[in-house]
Amino acid sequence: MTAPKKKLKVATTSLAGCFGCHMSLLDIDERLFTLLEHIEFDRSPLTDIKEVSPDCDIGIIEGGLCNAENVHVLRDFRKNCKILIALGACAINGGLPAQRNHLPLTTILEEVYHTSPGVSNGMIPNDPELPLPLDQVHPIHEVVKIDYFIPGCPPSAEAIWKVLTDLLAGREPELGHGLMHYD
Amino acid sequence: MSHTFTLDGKTISFEEGQTIMQAATKAGVFIPHLCYHPEFKPHGSCKLCTVKVNGRQTASCTMRAIAGMVVESDTPEINDERRTLTQMLFVEGNHFCPSCEKSGNCQLQATAYHLGMMSPHFDHFFPDRPVDASHPEVLLDFNRCILCSLCVRASRDVDGKNVFALSGRGIDTHLIVNAKSGQLADTNFTLHDKAAQVCPVGVILKKREGFAVPIGERSYDKQPISATVEAKQEGY
Repeated sequence: MTAPKKKLKVATTSLAGCFGCHMSLLDIDERLFTLLEHIEFDRSPLTDIKEVSPDCDIGIIEGGLCNAENVHVLRDFRKNCKILIALGACAINGGLPAQRNHLPLTTILEEVYHTSPGVSNGMIPNDPELPLPLDQVHPIHEVVKIDYFIPGCPPSAEAIWKVLTDLLAGREPELGHGLMHYD
Repeated sequence: MSHTFTLDGKTISFEEGQTIMQAATKAGVFIPHLCYHPEFKPHGSCKLCTVKVNGRQTASCTMRAIAGMVVESDTPEINDERRTLTQMLFVEGNHFCPSCEKSGNCQLQATAYHLGMMSPHFDHFFPDRPVDASHPEVLLDFNRCILCSLCVRASRDVDGKNVFALSGRGIDTHLIVNAKSGQLADTNFTLHDKAAQVCPVGVILKKREGFAVPIGERSYDKQPISATVEAKQEGY
């Protein structure tokens, strides 16, 4: 009897994202069972494991970088994952959060916590446990090397399935017409 | 000598005075392009249509076809360079497809799909560019301008109005509106101008009509941009 094939460890996280890409991952529906024959989830919102194991095979990152903690988590993923995948528009070009990039951070904080209608006695949060915001939102490839990109807002379940199954089969992932979307 | 040249090994016939792009398009061979439009004098600025003629690079929209020339277009080397040019266009402006009304009908986006652009690769500029909502019928969102100059050419050569111009040099080149105020409302621009129809990206947009066509039914959802040429053996 041969030993069962070792499952690939997959970690996932959402940085400055909306979890829409994770919802799209869940949209592969019953194929999740097929996937789980080949992989096991490590750190992920699906498992609630808090730290990435040092021997992860694939890391999937949703969202861009909007604060110091995002950068820390991303570097941790890069250190511990053999393959890193940028999942969705925000990870790839900053997406919706990056539309604040032409505004100074102080102006944004002032407006959100002090001057916007309905705010009275507002205070800019300053708890030391809160991660500091970055002056601009950045895509993740600007900070660490990314091996594969799955564009889309969110990428369709079919696109995610295609890339994951291509990787599991040892093929170079390829999205053709219909699966390739930036929106 | 007959009026033919070879393009990626295929024999293409042409008429005297035709460019490589015109002859290839007529023969149903797609060459990626952004600033070229069949109805206007070529501008030769986006360089997406670069091909190799007898081993040397040139813009196929400006280069006249010559009998016997050997042209390479759809090669990994040239497509890699086209993809790099496209990536540079994406990081130079603010191209957020999910919130753009032109998404699905955008030539820049469709060309990036065609070239298999999976990421912008470079660091983003995130430039601070204005939006001009002064005109009652049309919105100008300069964040998406790729400086193809099609609106400049259409307004000057067809509408006879000179509403648009490219100003500045090098990295500072930008699209401007020819009015003292710089506002579109202070020109005689209308929605029926040719210049309102030619923008390949989402800069010139009709107001109050956003996202009218659902995802899945937009131009490039149905077929890739190459099919617009490949489907038609004549004209374009």
